[in-house]
Amino acid sequence: MSIFGKLKSMDKNSNLYTILYASGLVVLVAVLLALAATLLKPAQQRNVETEKKIDILKSIGKADGVEKAANKHKFVASNFERYIVEQLVVNSLGERIQGVDAFNVDLKVELSKPLENRYLPVFVAKLDSGSTKFIFPLRGKGLWGPIWGYISLNDDFNTIYGATFSHQGETPGLGAEIATPQFQKQFDGKSIFDNQNQLVSIKVVKGGADKSDPHGVDAVSGGTITSKGLEAMLYDCLSIYMPFINNQKQQSHE
Amino acid sequence: MSDVKEKEPWFSAKNIELLTGPLNSKNPITVLVLGICSALAVTVKLEPAIVMAISVTVVTAFSNLIISLIRNTIPSRIRIIVQLVVIAALVILVDEVLKAYVYDVSKQLSVFVGLIITNCIVMGRLEAFALGNKPWPAFLDGIGNGLGYGLILVVLAFFRELLGSGTIFGYRVIPESFYYSNGGMYENNGLMILPPMALILVGLIIWIQRGRNRKLIEE
Repeated sequence: MSIFGKLKSMDKNSNLYTILYASGLVVLVAVLLALAATLLKPAQQRNVETEKKIDILKSIGKADGVEKAANKHKFVASNFERYIVEQLVVNSLGERIQGVDAFNVDLKVELSKPLENRYLPVFVAKLDSGSTKFIFPLRGKGLWGPIWGYISLNDDFNTIYGATFSHQGETPGLGAEIATPQFQKQFDGKSIFDNQNQLVSIKVVKGGADKSDPHGVDAVSGGTITSKGLEAMLYDCLSIYMPFINNQKQQSHE
Repeated sequence: MSDVKEKEPWFSAKNIELLTGPLNSKNPITVLVLGICSALAVTVKLEPAIVMAISVTVVTAFSNLIISLIRNTIPSRIRIIVQLVVIAALVILVDEVLKAYVYDVSKQLSVFVGLIITNCIVMGRLEAFALGNKPWPAFLDGIGNGLGYGLILVVLAFFRELLGSGTIFGYRVIPESFYYSNGGMYENNGLMILPPMALILVGLIIWIQRGRNRKLIEE
């Protein structure tokens, strides 16, 4: 009380009062914000985690109904548990790395590392029909910021089972269309290898792809740079996984 | 406290005017033309617009209240900095709460929640009102201005979502069968979802408002 009394009687325009006032205010605000951040962190992290799970599930078409689910987190967690049977991390030679949690690998960080040091996550899904799908994460650049997504391949490692894309800030109605089901549906059933077994990935064709083209989808009209970014992202990320894919193919041949 | 002691009812005519004035003749967007930037950015859909309106209302109300409470202790030389610290702290709090409880909306609002700090409405009200008035009127003034801002946001978002996406709150209002791709005669107006259309709509609102309220027309 005596301190406050002294402060009250001080000249409000003196340097000392100003400095004391500013320091006191800043410390008070810092404590408040630190407290709030700590208290809200678990809820925020759960949101981020659930969102990642939704993205992964979307690539195998198992996230339908999440909007209507009474408890989104529970719905997603149980679906994730049910369909994702294995999460593995491989290096750039396609060898498995033990002891790293695939789910918490941040592809953004990994892609900035030199090739040989990268941890590359792969998610293996088993559907109710018994078929196995391999899910690969994707990350690239759109027009305004990062774009990312997941692509799932059948166990022939050629046919796309499903794909999903998200973006940070692409133009609504133009580049942002890559996040719509209409755009993503085009990828189903396309193949990423040509007859010579070379990776061609998927081309995003301006003006519309030929329906019979196994490697082409329609570009987003008015979203050329985003479309090109998406094409580059698919090719780049799939190339990084080529050693793993080749290893897997060999194994299944033996 | 140097203020003259006189009992004033909580909701006196003067206080009510603080709440309702910004909805019409003192509207921060259409009359003072403040906060335009975020009005363009977050009004493509209704849901983010409403969350943004609530966020700004919370920030203006509580920053007004806090600044008014401490107005007699603030050293005048650093008063702008003190105001900024209070605003920034409140905005970060709002942002953290949104991230924790309405994650999807918070993602759509992205940087615009952080940019409430620079929203001229907030600091404008602190300088113009909170520094010279008691906490309760200052609080009401903050709510009034937040709502005035929010009202325009909601009106903009309503028309932009309806005409640009054919939905309201994400629910389809214009039936799928009307669309050209399904054999109908209708197509969404793509211009509606681009920022310039928000400016044009704000202009239309200003036009209508001044047409009805002649006092607002400048010489």
